[in-house]
Amino acid sequence: MEVFLRGYSALGPYVPVFLFIVVAVTFGIVTLFIAKLVRPHRPYPEKLSPYECGVPPLMEARERFFIRFYIIAILFVLFDVEAAFLYPWAVLYGKLGLYGFIEMMIFIGILLVGYFYAWRKGALDWVKEG
Amino acid sequence: MSAEVPLSYYLILGALLFIIGAVGVLTRRHALVILMSIELMLNAVNITLVAFSRMQGNLTGQVFSLFIIAVAAAEAAVGLAIVIVLFNSRETLNIDEINLMKW
Amino acid sequence: MNFVLPEIDLGAIAPQLWLTATAILVLMVQAFVPLVTSRSLALLSIIGSLLSLVATLGLWGQEAVLFSGMIALDTFSLFFNVVFLLGAILTVLISVEYLEREQIAHGEYFALVLFATVGMMIMAAGVDLIAIFIGLEILSLSLYVLAGFMRQVLRSNESAMKYFLLGAFATGFFLYGIALLYGATGSTNLDRIFLIAGERGGWGNVLVMGGMGLLLVGFGFKVASVPFHMWTPDVYEGAPTPISAFMSTAAKAGAFAAFVRVFLYSLPGLAASWAPLLAGMAVLSMVVGTLLALVQRRNIKRLLAYSSIVHVGYLLLGLLSGGTEGGASVLFYLLAYTFMQVGAFAVVVYLGGQGEDDLSLARFSGVAVRHPVAALAFSLFLLSLAGIPPTAGFVGKFYIFSAAIQAGHIGLAVVGVLTSVVSLYYYLGVIVFMYMRDPVDLPERRPSAALVTALALAVAGTVEMGLFPGSLLDLAQQSVASLLGS
Repeated sequence: MEVFLRGYSALGPYVPVFLFIVVAVTFGIVTLFIAKLVRPHRPYPEKLSPYECGVPPLMEARERFFIRFYIIAILFVLFDVEAAFLYPWAVLYGKLGLYGFIEMMIFIGILLVGYFYAWRKGALDWVKEG
Repeated sequence: MSAEVPLSYYLILGALLFIIGAVGVLTRRHALVILMSIELMLNAVNITLVAFSRMQGNLTGQVFSLFIIAVAAAEAAVGLAIVIVLFNSRETLNIDEINLMKW
Repeated sequence: MNFVLPEIDLGAIAPQLWLTATAILVLMVQAFVPLVTSRSLALLSIIGSLLSLVATLGLWGQEAVLFSGMIALDTFSLFFNVVFLLGAILTVLISVEYLEREQIAHGEYFALVLFATVGMMIMAAGVDLIAIFIGLEILSLSLYVLAGFMRQVLRSNESAMKYFLLGAFATGFFLYGIALLYGATGSTNLDRIFLIAGERGGWGNVLVMGGMGLLLVGFGFKVASVPFHMWTPDVYEGAPTPISAFMSTAAKAGAFAAFVRVFLYSLPGLAASWAPLLAGMAVLSMVVGTLLALVQRRNIKRLLAYSSIVHVGYLLLGLLSGGTEGGASVLFYLLAYTFMQVGAFAVVVYLGGQGEDDLSLARFSGVAVRHPVAALAFSLFLLSLAGIPPTAGFVGKFYIFSAAIQAGHIGLAVVGVLTSVVSLYYYLGVIVFMYMRDPVDLPERRPSAALVTALALAVAGTVEMGLFPGSLLDLAQQSVASLLGS
């Protein structure tokens, strides 16, 4: 191993990863190849159709998603990312004291304004009322 | 086995990602793909900043990348909202077809 | 790790705080109070802006750097606050009627205008690239939404899309530039960058140069200078007209505030490197903008968009001249430009008619007969934009060109004067339509009180700055002197 690594010290820690990738890829390819040699090959339409819990498929799988998914997802991403700012604050909470607490409450308060706004505007309702 | 990956690798990776993103913005015609290319550029900046932060031995770069992540999320939200509105009215996201006004 | 709490002085950012609070209040009121009219929200926004203006004037003369070297309180940022607030107030005033006519009278509009203004203020006051970036993004994100505010109108959607994609693209460059500067100097603080950037050689120098160039690209996009201008006409055409006015005045002033601070204050040692680039951008903006403006007949908003590119060229010339004189001429011109450009757009709002499906120059045929006051005001603004005395535009251009000549950029000043002369042709074209053609059938309408107020303010500002520029120029010079410490 040491001989192999000589001159590649910068990449040293990554050699096991590299070997692992090689082994994994080889294993996958070999298995698929052997399976193709061994297995019987008798196709018919039902077998070729996509599996949907045993029921014959009704329509194309590529369907347009309900627009609500996007809005919920966007809102999630926004509020989720803001949570990143809570980590450094939480780590230093003890040292920040009351001042830090008030600061973060203001931050969260402004986030809540956005949340109430989204709520009020019906962005969080799954089915629009009325 | 504990040798570190040198700083320049990160910088080169960042630069390459940035260039890939920039070329993507300029050559792709689909609005969503352009949006993703822009996100790629921002993340390239993040890599560069964090690498420099390590090199300079201060945390400014890492703090900055935190801000960039937050802003990028807001930007993506606004961008997707615009994309949805536009798609609802035009049924296309090819920016060559979005040409009511001359470029 | 030792930890020092940053010094907090909320009084120093009172203008920003008043505006933020008002924006949040507008947002909440329109969401939770039933049947609130957009007029009352506009009034609320204007009250908030006036409070912010009072706070700004109350801080006048104070100097401090606060929040761990993030935000500076100096006359420079306060002067810009006045420009931004003026732009915001005028925009709100001309919006009231427009929003009702186009049936987009949602309260979010005013909240977004106020948020954008807060962003500009943070940009102008930021002495750390992080603060400038945050301000820039608050501004840009609000404007992306505002550009697409007419959700049912394809033009507006398209405008928002183009503005967003190119704006975000520019943000990428801007950030990469910041990253490189940080790599070279180890700091995002403008003071530290100023100290270190000048003395670096070799590899560090490459980083500084690259970072500076990318920042230039980013700023170039945001202020819409050639060769980064392609989005301007489309975005201005498609966006709601008051927002076009807002983008071309206040938002541009915000970008210029950071531009001046970064380049004149933080990177003057590298002037030898950025001056040629800036000179190129200035000349291209003036020449290309003029040439393209000459052929615009289809849409007055497009004409004003191209003319705004020319004005960016003049402003870059002032920035390039540097020093107190050059910086002050930029500040003065931005204030003058706010009055005349918003005024011009206000007339477009008034004469536009619902849907604004026809804003060709032909529509302005014979306006002088039916709407003599509007025609007179429009002529005043256009002549001011062209730089005819005794208007604000003339004085502004005069200061910029004389600063350029003092700084030795005689060739550039000549280009500026020549493009001004040529610009007279397309501005006069509109006036010729208004006064010398047979009138077309324009719907008879009475302008709202808000619109009249905005027009009166803009006319007063344009004339006042043209006749008595002395004291304002002194203020502009004090502001830049406070920035450059001379």
